[in-house]
Amino acid sequence: MSTPRSWHAPAEALLLPAGALVAALALFGLFVWFGGHSPVQVWVLLFQGAFGDAFSWQNSLQRAAPLMLTALAVALPARAGLTVIGGEGALVLGALGCAGLPYILSDVSGTAGSVAVLAAGALLGAGWIALAGALRQWRGVNETISSLLLGYIAIALFKHFVEGPMRDPASLNKPSTRPLAESLRIGAIMGNSAGDSLLGDVHWGLVIGLVACLAAGLWLSFSASGFALRVVGGNARAARLVGLPTDRLILLSCALGGGCAGLAGAVEVAAVHQSANTAVIAGLGYTGILVSFVARHKPWAIPPVALLFGGFAAAGSLLQRRIGLPDASVLVLQGFAFVFILAAEALRGRLFGLFEFSLPRRVKLLPGAAA
Amino acid sequence: MSAEIGLDLLLAIVGGAVRVGTPFLFVSLGECLTEKSGRINLGLEGVLVFSAMAGFGGAYLSGSPWVGVLLAGLSGAALALLHGLLCSLKRVSDIATGIALMLLGAGLAFYLGKPLIQPQAPQIPAIALGAWSASPGVQSALAINALFPVGVALAGLLAWGLANTRWGLVVRMAGDSSDAARALGYSVNGVRIAATTAGGFIAGLGGASLSLYYPGSWNEGLSSGQGLIAVALVIFARWSPWRCLGAALLFGGAGAIGPALQSVGISGGYYLFNAVPYALTLAILVATCSPQRAVKGAPMELGVST
Repeated sequence: MSTPRSWHAPAEALLLPAGALVAALALFGLFVWFGGHSPVQVWVLLFQGAFGDAFSWQNSLQRAAPLMLTALAVALPARAGLTVIGGEGALVLGALGCAGLPYILSDVSGTAGSVAVLAAGALLGAGWIALAGALRQWRGVNETISSLLLGYIAIALFKHFVEGPMRDPASLNKPSTRPLAESLRIGAIMGNSAGDSLLGDVHWGLVIGLVACLAAGLWLSFSASGFALRVVGGNARAARLVGLPTDRLILLSCALGGGCAGLAGAVEVAAVHQSANTAVIAGLGYTGILVSFVARHKPWAIPPVALLFGGFAAAGSLLQRRIGLPDASVLVLQGFAFVFILAAEALRGRLFGLFEFSLPRRVKLLPGAAA
Repeated sequence: MSAEIGLDLLLAIVGGAVRVGTPFLFVSLGECLTEKSGRINLGLEGVLVFSAMAGFGGAYLSGSPWVGVLLAGLSGAALALLHGLLCSLKRVSDIATGIALMLLGAGLAFYLGKPLIQPQAPQIPAIALGAWSASPGVQSALAINALFPVGVALAGLLAWGLANTRWGLVVRMAGDSSDAARALGYSVNGVRIAATTAGGFIAGLGGASLSLYYPGSWNEGLSSGQGLIAVALVIFARWSPWRCLGAALLFGGAGAIGPALQSVGISGGYYLFNAVPYALTLAILVATCSPQRAVKGAPMELGVST
C-alpha cells in the first residue's frame, strides 16, 4: 500500500472525473467510428460546437443555465443521503406555475411580477420534490422510484393543462399556454447591445443558476443547518442520536432542490419559450442528474460541469447538421460518461497506489533479532 | 353512458390488461430474479427501451419476429450484464448504476433506432382465444400476444426454480445473506451478475413485446416509465413471481383505461387517464411500504425499503 499524501485526495477529485470524461469521449469516438464516421472529426466538431466561437459559447452558456439548477435538484437531496431524480417533473411543473400565475392573478407585471412568476414555479417544484422526501420519511417509500413516478405524473399534468384548460386558442399547431406579458419576461444580461461577445444574448437565467450554486455551496459549507444536513447524509442514525431534526432537514433539502428545478422550468418559460409548451420537456432534468453525479454533488463544482454538458448539448446540433449524426448522439455520450464516472468511483483512494512500484524495502530488524 | 358502451369499455380494458400488461410481466419477472439475488436494477427501464429497439431491428432485418425476440432478450442481457459488472466494483451503488443505464439504454436505442422509425417489422403472432365468439369486439379483446403464455410459464418456472432448485437456493442465499453464500464457497458477486444478466434477458422479452406486438412499432416514446413501474411492482408483489403476474395484469388494465376511453369516444382528460398507472404505483408503494419494518418477503440484502 502506498501512503496517502495530502495532495492525493484533491488531485483525485480532479483526475478521476476528467479521466472518466476522456474515456467516455474515446469510447464515443469508437462508437461513431463503427457507424462510419471519423472519430477525430467528431471530437473536433464537439469542441467547435461547444466552445469554438462566440456563438457556440453563447449557446453553451444558454444551455448550462438550467442544467445548474436541475443538477442542484439532485445534489442537495444527495448531500442529505437521498437519491432523488425527479428533477424533470419539478422543472415542467415550474414551467406550468410560471406560465399559469398570470391566469390567476391578472395584474402581475414589472419586476415584482417577474419575481412572482419565478417564485410560483419554484414553489411548485419545491412542493413536488418535498412530497417524495415526505413519502420516504413517513412511509418508507424509496425516494428514487417515487420521485421518478412523480415526474411522469407531473408531465401528464403539464400536458393536460397545456392542451386543455390553459391552452391559448391562438396556438394552433403547437398547443401552448398564453404567452407571458412582455414585462414579465427575462431579458439578456447584456441588454439589447448583444454584439459578438461571449455573453451575447445569454439571459439572466445564467446568473440565477450561478447564484443558486454559490448560495447552495455556502449554505452547505458554512452554515450550521448545512453542516447538520451533511451529518444526516453521512449517517442518519448518528444524526438522530445527537438530536438533529432529521425529517425536517431531509424535507428542507428536497424542497430546496425541487425549488431549484422548478425555478429552472420557470426561467425556461420566462426567458426562452415565453409560454409553456412541450418544448420545455427536453430532458434537462435527466442531464442534471448526470451533471450532479460528475460534480460529486458539490454545488461549487456544478457550474463548470454544467457548462461542459451544456456545451455537448450545443455541439449535438452541429454534429447533426454537419455529418448527419442522429440527435441522440449526445444522449449516447452522456450515457457513456455516466457509466465511466461511476466506474471511476471504484478507483477513489487507490489511484496513486496503482502507479507505485513495490520496491524491495530495507527491513528494520527488531532489536532483539539482530545478533 | 349506455350499457353497450360500458360493455365495450370493459372488454377493451380486459383485453388491454393482457396487451399492456405483458411488458410489465416480463420486466417485473426479470427484476424479481435480480432483486432475489440482492441487487436492484433500476436500469431495466433502459433495458426495456433498448431491447424494444433491438427486437424491432432484428425482426425487420431478418423477416422473422422470433429472431427479433431472441435479439431483444440478448441485448437486454448485455445491458444488464454491464449493470452487474459495474455494481461489483467497490463503492458503486446499484441505484446510481441503474440511473446511468436508464440514460445509456435510451440514448443507444434512440441513436441506433433512428432508421427504424419508418419501416414495418413482422409482428409476433396473436393467439385467437376469442374465436368462439361472433362479436369482433370480443375477438379483438381476446387475441393474445403469443409471448404472454411464455411469460406465464416463465413465472411458474421462476417460482418453482427459486423454491426448489439448487440454483434458486443459491440466488436467494446471495440475496438474503451474502455471508452465508460466501461461507458455502459461492462468489456473491458472480451469483448476482448471473442473476442480473438473466433478469435482463427476461426484461428484454418485454421490450420485444412492446415493439413487435403492442404498440407494435418503434418510436422514441415507446416506453415511458413502464420499466420503472415494473420495478415498483416487484415490491407490491412481495418478490413472488406469481404475484408479479397478477400485478402486471392489474397494471395492464390500469394502463388500458386511457386508450379504452378514447376508443369509445371519450377523449377529455386523456393525459390524466394515461397517468393512472404511475399514480396507482405510487399509491400502492405508499400502502405497502412502512418506515418501521422492511417490506414482508424482501430479500435481506436489498436496500429498497429504507
